[in-house]
Amino acid sequence: MKSQLRSIVRSGKFMTGFVIFVSILLLTIIYPLINPGDPMARIGYDSFRTRPGTYVSLYDTLDGVNTFTFRIPGANDIRISNKLREDDRERIKYWLVEYGKQEEVAGLTEEEIDIEDTVALLGLWWEFYSDEVFVRNLTNAERNAFMRLDVRLDRLFDIDDLQVYTLNPETGEHDILFTEVSTDDYINVSDVANIIRLPLGTDNFGSDVLKKLVLATATSLWIGLVAGTVATLIGLTLGLLGGYVGGIVDDIIMFFTNLFTVIPGFVLLILISYGMSQMERGATTVAVVIGLTSWVWTTRSVRSQVMSLRNRDHVNLSKLSGHSMPKIIIKDILPYIASYVVMAFILQISSGILAEAGLSMLGLGPSTTSTATLGMMLDWSIMKSTAFIHGAWWAYYPVIVVILLISFSLNLMNTGMDQVFNPQLRD
Amino acid sequence: MNSHDRQLCLSGKGVTKIFGFGSKKTLAVDNVDFEFYSGDLISIVGESGSGKTTLIKMLLGLTSVTEGEISFMGKKRDIGSRRKKKEYWKGIQAIFQDPYSSYNIFSKIDSVLLDCINMRGGRLLPRKTKIEMMREACSFVNLKYDEMTNKYPFELSGGQMQRLMIARIFLLKPKILLADEPTSMIDACSRATILDMLLKLRDETGMMIIFITHDMGLAYYLSDTVYIMEKGKIVEFGSADEVVLNPKADYTKQLLNDVPKIHDPWEFSKNRRKDAQWTEQFVV
Ligand SMILES: Nc1ncnc2c1ncn2[C@@H]1O[C@H](COP(=O)(O)OP(=O)(O)O)[C@@H](O)[C@H]1O
Ligand SMILES: [Mg+2]
Repeated sequence: MKSQLRSIVRSGKFMTGFVIFVSILLLTIIYPLINPGDPMARIGYDSFRTRPGTYVSLYDTLDGVNTFTFRIPGANDIRISNKLREDDRERIKYWLVEYGKQEEVAGLTEEEIDIEDTVALLGLWWEFYSDEVFVRNLTNAERNAFMRLDVRLDRLFDIDDLQVYTLNPETGEHDILFTEVSTDDYINVSDVANIIRLPLGTDNFGSDVLKKLVLATATSLWIGLVAGTVATLIGLTLGLLGGYVGGIVDDIIMFFTNLFTVIPGFVLLILISYGMSQMERGATTVAVVIGLTSWVWTTRSVRSQVMSLRNRDHVNLSKLSGHSMPKIIIKDILPYIASYVVMAFILQISSGILAEAGLSMLGLGPSTTSTATLGMMLDWSIMKSTAFIHGAWWAYYPVIVVILLISFSLNLMNTGMDQVFNPQLRD
Repeated sequence: MNSHDRQLCLSGKGVTKIFGFGSKKTLAVDNVDFEFYSGDLISIVGESGSGKTTLIKMLLGLTSVTEGEISFMGKKRDIGSRRKKKEYWKGIQAIFQDPYSSYNIFSKIDSVLLDCINMRGGRLLPRKTKIEMMREACSFVNLKYDEMTNKYPFELSGGQMQRLMIARIFLLKPKILLADEPTSMIDACSRATILDMLLKLRDETGMMIIFITHDMGLAYYLSDTVYIMEKGKIVEFGSADEVVLNPKADYTKQLLNDVPKIHDPWEFSKNRRKDAQWTEQFVV
């Protein structure tokens, strides 16, 4: 026993899975402590409008904080290239190419223009563009649009005369806050009040995705634990009874086991979930329902193992020593299948989490606004709204990664244990 | 000639065991009759697969009897309830063939001996007395209790395990002991010791031993009565001398031919049984 435990701990596969799983578990406990607050709260715009990033209050940045001056080479280039939109770059290139096609202008082909190189692009623009230059292939509307673009590009550098005013409530007039804002002015982010860090942006409700993801992971782990416990307890009890007692008890148990085998668990799950009214479906309820539909597999394998164990001589000797049936089951059968049951339990946790995700994607998962699950997050971002169209990868990608990590780590632990308990599988 | 003045202890009529059904049916024990008398040492001889183990599992009440009737102490055996079974097992006990699978690998071996004390109604005895009893049982089979206590079965050798099984019988003191090839799975050196201990225990308690073996020679030296089993049937039985010196069934003759050491059976007399030398010379 001790040596088996030791070889489990030494098993690379088991330990890798174990470390990943425990890390996820610890994160779900620690993260809410260091970053408290309601994960379900809607803190921003809906429809995935907040990309991942750190958000700084514009007002607080301007208001009464120390400014510092840094001279960073290329700062202007970075600033401009950040402000120049993708479609503007395309349009500049379009004008330049059309301009270059005219006979009286030499050179300037499409290959020479690199729209990623902001400085070079703007350099070309200011070198060639003027509203007096007539480019033949353009429509009048386009010509006007380019004139407006030119004005806007000029304003990119209109930073020297920036002044910040603030409304004085007593006089009703605007007092000057800063007479001059230079492009070299910086402030320390930690001096700014109201910074919001959204490493994973917000979702369709405008909630912090990371906070919600942590909550959802905890809830899903809970669902897996409850579903796995229910399924394993039912499967173990029925398997032990059917396998050890045999006879009519076994016949009845096998009848129900076969019945549940013929009807696929997931179909049954859908039917039960559909049958339940919206009000009753909390996360735990769904977990119990998942557990109630997934014990068949455990029952069958426990039963067949018990059937081969009950004729062993150590069981016979235990009978001859006058032990009662419950005592024999607990002391002479259970320890022999314990490692197997633990392994089945681990797999049941994993499949419970996946079953909840599947159910939720069908809209039959937990229906509650007080908590989130991994399945519900996928459902809301992929099925019920349009994270794909918004390009809001942050709303579903991390969820999928967490589901995969949990499932991967549990299966790795299972394989590691399998190799210890069934050495012939070791390769 | 010898059995009428003694008490009939265990008997069976038309005892049959069929495993499985349909095309997978195995007739393990086929319509077997037997009469075992108290105090006797009976051998059941037959090659592997002849149904010996199945027969003694039925005698123990560990397997149901498909057909036929087993009587215990002259009355039809009744082990319907758990209490009756427990009562029955106070009188009939067994040593199994494979010591390695006879123990629960998760329990310390002390529990095996403690169970026996409890079974004999010693549950409420003070701990010291229990330890004294276990110590006595261990020393009967030449084991040191202090070396055995708190150990797990896998820490013992096959011979030690089987000796502990005899210590178990020593504590239980049943009327009937069923020994299912108790020496076939252990090393040759331990065999003679095991057999000696069994016989010593029998001399002390006067219990009836049903000794299962596939070894005709061993059966002859040990037993008063020999039953020969072939493919689930009892093909011949009688006193050891009758069966060995004057075999009737072809199968018995064949079994006797397979015994290498009997050149001159008349030379061996029954009283050599008490001599520890014979087993060694014979079994090794
Ligand atoms: N639990 C069982 N199920 C099916 N067949 C069995 C079972 N136990 C024994 N048998 C069969 O019964 C026959 C007799 O076996 P057994 O009593 O173990 O013989 P022996 O002890 O003489 O070697 C064998 O053919 C064996 O395959
Ligand atoms: Mg056998």
